[in-house]
Amino acid sequence: QQIQEDLNKQLLDNLVSFMSRSHSDFQEKTTKWTCRMKFREIPTAALVLGVNVTDHNLTFRGLSDVLQDNITPYVALLEAKDCPGIKNLMQKLMGQLMNCDIDVDSLEDEDCVQVSQNRVRCSMPSLISWYESVTKKTDSETPSKKRNSSSRHWQSPPVVVIFKDMESFTTKVLQDFIVISSQHIHELPLVLIFGIATSPMIMHRLLPHSVSSLLCIELFQSLSCKEHLSTIIDKLLLTSHFPFKLGEKVLQVLINIFLYHDFSVQNFIKGFQLCIVEHFYSQPLSVLCCHLVDIKKRVYSLSHDQCENIRRLPSFRRYVEKQESGKQIELLTNDSFLKEETEKLLEDLYVYHENYVSILRCLHVFTSSLPKYPLGKQIRELHCACLENQVWETEEYESSLQLARMLNKADLVTMLQQCVEILMSPSGKEFDKTVEKLKEFLTQFQNLEAEASQERDVSVSSQKELQKKTDLYHLQKTLLELKESRRSKKLTKFEMLRFEVVDYIDRLVRKYLVPADNRTLHEIVYFNAATVLRGHLNAAPRTALHTALNNPHWYLKNQALKCDGGGISNKAPDICIVYKLHLECGRLINLVDWLEAFSTVVMAAEEPNADAASSDQVDDIIHARFIRAVSELELLGFIKPSKQKTDHVARLTWGGC
Amino acid sequence: MSRPEGTRSSRRSLQVKFVPDEDVLKHIADDAGSKVRKDKAQLSVSVKRFVKKLENISDNEAQEILEEKNYVAALGICAQDPVGNGSNISGGEVYSFQTPKRSNKMAELASELAQTPEKNVAPDHSKCPEKMAKTPQSSKEMFFLMHVFSLLFQNKKKEFVSTTPYRLRKRLSAPDPYLESESEYSASCSEDEDEEEQKEVSTVLSDQKTPAKTKAASTPPPRNSLAKKIKEQKMGNLVEEYFEAHSSSKVLTSDRTLQKLRKRRLNQQTLHDLLKNAPLAYAAEIRDLNQQHESLFSKWMLQLHLGFNIVLYGLGSKRDLLEKFRTSLLQDSVHLVVNGYFPSITVRSILNSITEEVLEHIGTFCSPLDQLEFITKRFKEDPSLELYVLIHNLDSQMLRGERSQQILAQLSSLPSIYLIASIDHINAPLMWDQAKLSLYNWLWYETTTFNPYVEETSYENSFLVQQSGSLALSSLTHVLHSLTLNARGIFRLLAQHQLEKKDNPSYPGLSFQDFYQQCREAFLVNSDLTLRAQLTEFRDHKLIRTKRGADGVEYLLIPVDDSTLTDFLEKEDEDV
Repeated sequence: QQIQEDLNKQLLDNLVSFMSRSHSDFQEKTTKWTCRMKFREIPTAALVLGVNVTDHNLTFRGLSDVLQDNITPYVALLEAKDCPGIKNLMQKLMGQLMNCDIDVDSLEDEDCVQVSQNRVRCSMPSLISWYESVTKKTDSETPSKKRNSSSRHWQSPPVVVIFKDMESFTTKVLQDFIVISSQHIHELPLVLIFGIATSPMIMHRLLPHSVSSLLCIELFQSLSCKEHLSTIIDKLLLTSHFPFKLGEKVLQVLINIFLYHDFSVQNFIKGFQLCIVEHFYSQPLSVLCCHLVDIKKRVYSLSHDQCENIRRLPSFRRYVEKQESGKQIELLTNDSFLKEETEKLLEDLYVYHENYVSILRCLHVFTSSLPKYPLGKQIRELHCACLENQVWETEEYESSLQLARMLNKADLVTMLQQCVEILMSPSGKEFDKTVEKLKEFLTQFQNLEAEASQERDVSVSSQKELQKKTDLYHLQKTLLELKESRRSKKLTKFEMLRFEVVDYIDRLVRKYLVPADNRTLHEIVYFNAATVLRGHLNAAPRTALHTALNNPHWYLKNQALKCDGGGISNKAPDICIVYKLHLECGRLINLVDWLEAFSTVVMAAEEPNADAASSDQVDDIIHARFIRAVSELELLGFIKPSKQKTDHVARLTWGGC
Repeated sequence: MSRPEGTRSSRRSLQVKFVPDEDVLKHIADDAGSKVRKDKAQLSVSVKRFVKKLENISDNEAQEILEEKNYVAALGICAQDPVGNGSNISGGEVYSFQTPKRSNKMAELASELAQTPEKNVAPDHSKCPEKMAKTPQSSKEMFFLMHVFSLLFQNKKKEFVSTTPYRLRKRLSAPDPYLESESEYSASCSEDEDEEEQKEVSTVLSDQKTPAKTKAASTPPPRNSLAKKIKEQKMGNLVEEYFEAHSSSKVLTSDRTLQKLRKRRLNQQTLHDLLKNAPLAYAAEIRDLNQQHESLFSKWMLQLHLGFNIVLYGLGSKRDLLEKFRTSLLQDSVHLVVNGYFPSITVRSILNSITEEVLEHIGTFCSPLDQLEFITKRFKEDPSLELYVLIHNLDSQMLRGERSQQILAQLSSLPSIYLIASIDHINAPLMWDQAKLSLYNWLWYETTTFNPYVEETSYENSFLVQQSGSLALSSLTHVLHSLTLNARGIFRLLAQHQLEKKDNPSYPGLSFQDFYQQCREAFLVNSDLTLRAQLTEFRDHKLIRTKRGADGVEYLLIPVDDSTLTDFLEKEDEDV
């Protein structure tokens, strides 16, 4: 299980590096632009981040880290929930600034104590005096140190205040803060950064003109979360470096959750992590899911049981059946032979992945520019399609090939060039031939160009011919001939070549984009339990309750509970009966009626042939059971006590009218 | 027999004869005696008096079904990938707007349920389950039928011959005389009639043996015109109907109360004893179920350590399961168990127990946020510190507030705090927004246990009257015992006065002046200041409630129900 922790770490690293990279460009801008600070105006950056609020935390953390490293040590992150009033805001601000100051030059312990005492009266003047003292101190420090610090920061570094979620701040607080700080902008170089989830318009709605005129706002648009997602998919799934793979269904589930529920990249990552955990937990052979270098070692350390496990894999069985009988026996009885074979197969699988990814990218180059995107705009859609089944059998693939056969030359040439680049970039050994072939195509196209000019001459001459004749019949005839000849001519030249290219691509696809299910030992690296994943990430507690109450047989495998249709047997657990009865009621339920109905059911279940006389009084036990069931329903939130009428409860759920 | 009309039915005067189902009635007569007699309120037939409004209504309902189908379709998108674990009921079934039910339906269903075992014995009873199976399809057919019928009635056709072989069949018989008992309903609901119309339709259409006067024949109108009509009224009507249903404050239930039942009330203790004696049904199956869940324990541990938190949902008490998890895996580690169902639990007490008992910090904090910050700091400083937090009923009354959830979410997001919680309420997931969900980092586990909620419901003394006020009573006596003799006398006076007036439902309470007078006469106080001081004390202990009447006079009331008060006085008398 060490590997899986490694993988997790790798994953997070990926994410963090990505995040910081996506924001480095902001940094550059900010640095340039803080220089030209204006009089009386607070430089402000508005970051439009999109609706995936949960990811913002990470972004901001990365941002403040980068800021601290490159520009200024004084960065404060403020959140709306910490700042209900201007006083809290100042307090928080002071606290953060002074803390980070201490982090920077941790020598002055006395200063630290002073600061904490200062904290009591948080106001702008005290902040300014603190700032002055700090900057002075840096000035007065030893020259060596000064140089050191000035290499990283400026002489008077700005104080950066980041408002994480601008929409949720109260307008009053924001306005006050801006007005106050604009008064002190001379003494305190302040820079504000607003995080905005909706649209930049919100700033003008929150701040009146008098306040917003104090700000010098520059807008930055962050990447949309969809782009984040495709980058992540690109980096994690479409590489051969990462041994763990997602099955088609699982990927669909994750993408659906992302697109239809939250747009949160973080949640996507969480789902991916969960997949890894589940895979390593549930699949005993997942030890083999590792980098190519380790495979040999691990394969040889397999125990007999694990070998048996391999033999039990359905894909391996299929493989065995295809072998000749002597080899079959060897595979099924000889452990060491099996290990050798396994190693070979795993290497095959690895190679397959490498090829798969490159060819997938090539295909994506072709399909992503086709009109109407029959195979999807994003590479992830293409990936899903390829994983699902043999992509060349689908209608979409057919239509996209049709469309590709109608591409014009310029597009085709650029696409081919792109493909060549893609195939060249990774280890080019298997694709040498392919690259050569594609290059050949390219040169042919270039030749075509030369030919095309000649051809133009021909067509011009034929037109001249046309002008000579004036007879209607002859005109028609020549026109037809011309048409015919043109068609055949085109086919021989450019169109022929185009068909050839498309066919070649088609052949590549058929060769390399075989769905992973068909590969032997795919179970080791592919995680396919989509239902488990959905259950854990996108659970439906209401549905579970509903099933339990309506159809207890689903959980309690007892023959007596089995019943047909939507009905429920009278032997069901108390709560189910009570629930079923309450469904028949309107907004209010009379407890007496309910109790009676309940006891009718229960008594019939217990003693079907009881005589009517004895059941005049409701049995105490039944009464108690009823009370328990009803209070359980209350706990579950189906009913609540009502004061409208004595001994009534109100229904809280659907259909309560 | 004419019946009191409900709000809606007054618009369309409608008389239906309802010929009850022999099987059901016979059975009830045998089995449950007179108890379910209200089930079959007798109705008389005169089908010709259907008024045009009827069409409107049936349209409404047909369109409601349509609406529902749309909704199902919309939800179906979500449930496209049928989940393997059987929760693949379409959302529509769970969330659909149910068609209005009539109020005595419950009893009817009860009798039907009671009857189910007999269906194997007596073959002629086998039609009941068919009726019970309330698949959407069948109900749709019902509505379709209704529609047909109403259209036909509109056209003033009165002679029909039944041909339609619909599967909704009912055997009819002459009404049993002894069932013509009085109807006990305070108001008849309009839905009543709807339902009965349905029944009427189905009976007429399916059964030719009936002695009913009508000979029904239905030539269904062309379907497309029907569909068109439905579409026209699709929007708007549903909304209107909703508000109509909710605007009428009329209660469509019977007037009976538990008091009339002459049933002795059970207190918590006897309830508990009784339940202990009652055998738990399906114990073996439940045990199997729980064993299944227990096999997941090690997986939970792993996932907790990987930074996920675990939430359990599903019917049945998850307390035992969590306890088992605790005893089997958490014995050697620091853990905190929070009983969320406990009525006086607060976030602050959770935080306190963390700071005081886990971190061994003495001192107080000015706000929970500060405390949280302190905890965060401590846990970040010391990576060896680990804490498992088990919360039973994270969705309980006290913890479901926004602020407390926020704090708990932040707590759970600490990497060395492992949270495992259970939820029960159907709307519990609504507590969390995106931000909180990402802090919690939940992994959902369905653990339906079918265990009774013994502990969880034991504190719910709020509602079931049967539980009596033993808790209130004991608190009353306890508080009073700590007071002076005079104070007790004052309270006694008030209690006695309240009991005397217990038959008056609009009794506002005892006015302060009168009370002062009485107290003076009993030599309990000497000035109204002392009385006021005494009353303040009562009020602090929540023994009395004061409110100002319309005339500005202060009224005093003991917020305890009469029986408890009587018990209290009796007990006091014994003591004295």
